[in-house]
Amino acid sequence: MSLRFSRPAGVAVTIGTLAVGLTACGGATHAATKAAGTSTQAAPTGDPHAEAPAAAAQPAVATSAVTVDNFSFMPAAIKVKTGTTVTWTNNDEEPHSVVSSEEPMRSPTLAGPHNTFTHTFTKPGTYHYNCGIHPFMHGTVEVQA
Amino acid sequence: MNPANPDDAFNRDLSRRRFLRHAAWAGAAVAVTVSGGVVTSKVLGQGSPAPKAQDFTFVQISDSHIGFTGAANPDVTKTFQSAIDLVNALPAQPDFVVHTGDLTHFSTNEQFDQVKQMLSTLRTGQVVVLPGEHDSTDDTGEKYRQFFGAGTQGDGWFSFDHRGAHFVALVNTINLQKLGHLGADQLAWVEQDLKRVSSETPLVVFSHIPLFAMYPDWGWGTDDATTALGFMRRFGSVTVLNGHVHQLMKKVEGNITFHTAAPTAYPLPHAGDGPAPKPVVVPADQLHQALGIRQAHLIPGHHGLALADQELP
Repeated sequence: MSLRFSRPAGVAVTIGTLAVGLTACGGATHAATKAAGTSTQAAPTGDPHAEAPAAAAQPAVATSAVTVDNFSFMPAAIKVKTGTTVTWTNNDEEPHSVVSSEEPMRSPTLAGPHNTFTHTFTKPGTYHYNCGIHPFMHGTVEVQA
Repeated sequence: MNPANPDDAFNRDLSRRRFLRHAAWAGAAVAVTVSGGVVTSKVLGQGSPAPKAQDFTFVQISDSHIGFTGAANPDVTKTFQSAIDLVNALPAQPDFVVHTGDLTHFSTNEQFDQVKQMLSTLRTGQVVVLPGEHDSTDDTGEKYRQFFGAGTQGDGWFSFDHRGAHFVALVNTINLQKLGHLGADQLAWVEQDLKRVSSETPLVVFSHIPLFAMYPDWGWGTDDATTALGFMRRFGSVTVLNGHVHQLMKKVEGNITFHTAAPTAYPLPHAGDGPAPKPVVVPADQLHQALGIRQAHLIPGHHGLALADQELP
């Protein structure tokens, strides 16, 4: 979707002892409401239109072990033989999961002592999956005959 | 108010008389940002057939992540309790409180039960809730709906009218593939729901994940939001309140104003600041400044909603 960022259209009204900070940053409007005399929030620095590198752009690695490190599946693209059981291990403090709409695969929440999930791929093909909690985390499993 | 989420064990019974008593806005000593000025003339459209909106306040809280145990907040229960205490100390009791999702961190029954019990201590007429993606970490929201789904439709969406305004609570946290997702069933429901609502009626929409493209690389957007927002273009005043991003941000797009909310649990980085939206560890004495609650005040004929964001004390 294409949305236009605008300057503040509203009016800041201060009543009593607190103040409102309205800061326009990078075309976006960043409203930070703070107690008088305290700092204001920093601006978002990222480009909202930047594209993340696609997992498929990386060559598939021949392995059946995938880890989650720093909100990324590593390696993001793997290749295995049909019948291989792939193991995912979450090394992050944050919980993650493994879900796919192309293969009946939905892990429980991977966190703490319950941080691994396995799935056996029985049919050749390339299967995309993502983290169900952080769906911008993507990976692929290429299953070879 | 005609809430569509009348879970008897959870929501307080609220008589019309009590509503009227709570309607008086006491002029609390807080900062008020009046937003949405661009739509004033439409809000004030003469000859409106809609019931006249009345003056009232409600409160938004968000992203409590009960069950989280990381360094970014060693005690999320305590900060959630602080947020509840802050609401309960407001000089004007809000007509209702909405929690815009991520009640829990791991979607366990114990965590849902704890959140429900804590929310039941809010001094307000009604509590309405919508899920975040952390409320369906290992299912598609079934456990969430066992606790909070009474009276809702589909994945847990609902709408209600209150004092001349129309409220729509959306669920965009189920079956995610990159961004937030509403789905065809919910979009059809939104279209039908809004058909009966006059364009002069102030419209307030709740979602967990932003309905605007705040930072798609981190999933901070909703892939089919454009369709939903299309049904709202004819309204004079639309305010969308969301959580998920754990920080305050405002964006205006035509008749629609988007406001993201502060969490009660822990801050996240600003968009694109670092490799991932990982919980940010701040010095212990600065944590409460990153957390907060929001009062929303609907003032008839006065630029739609006035918002007041307050840090936790």
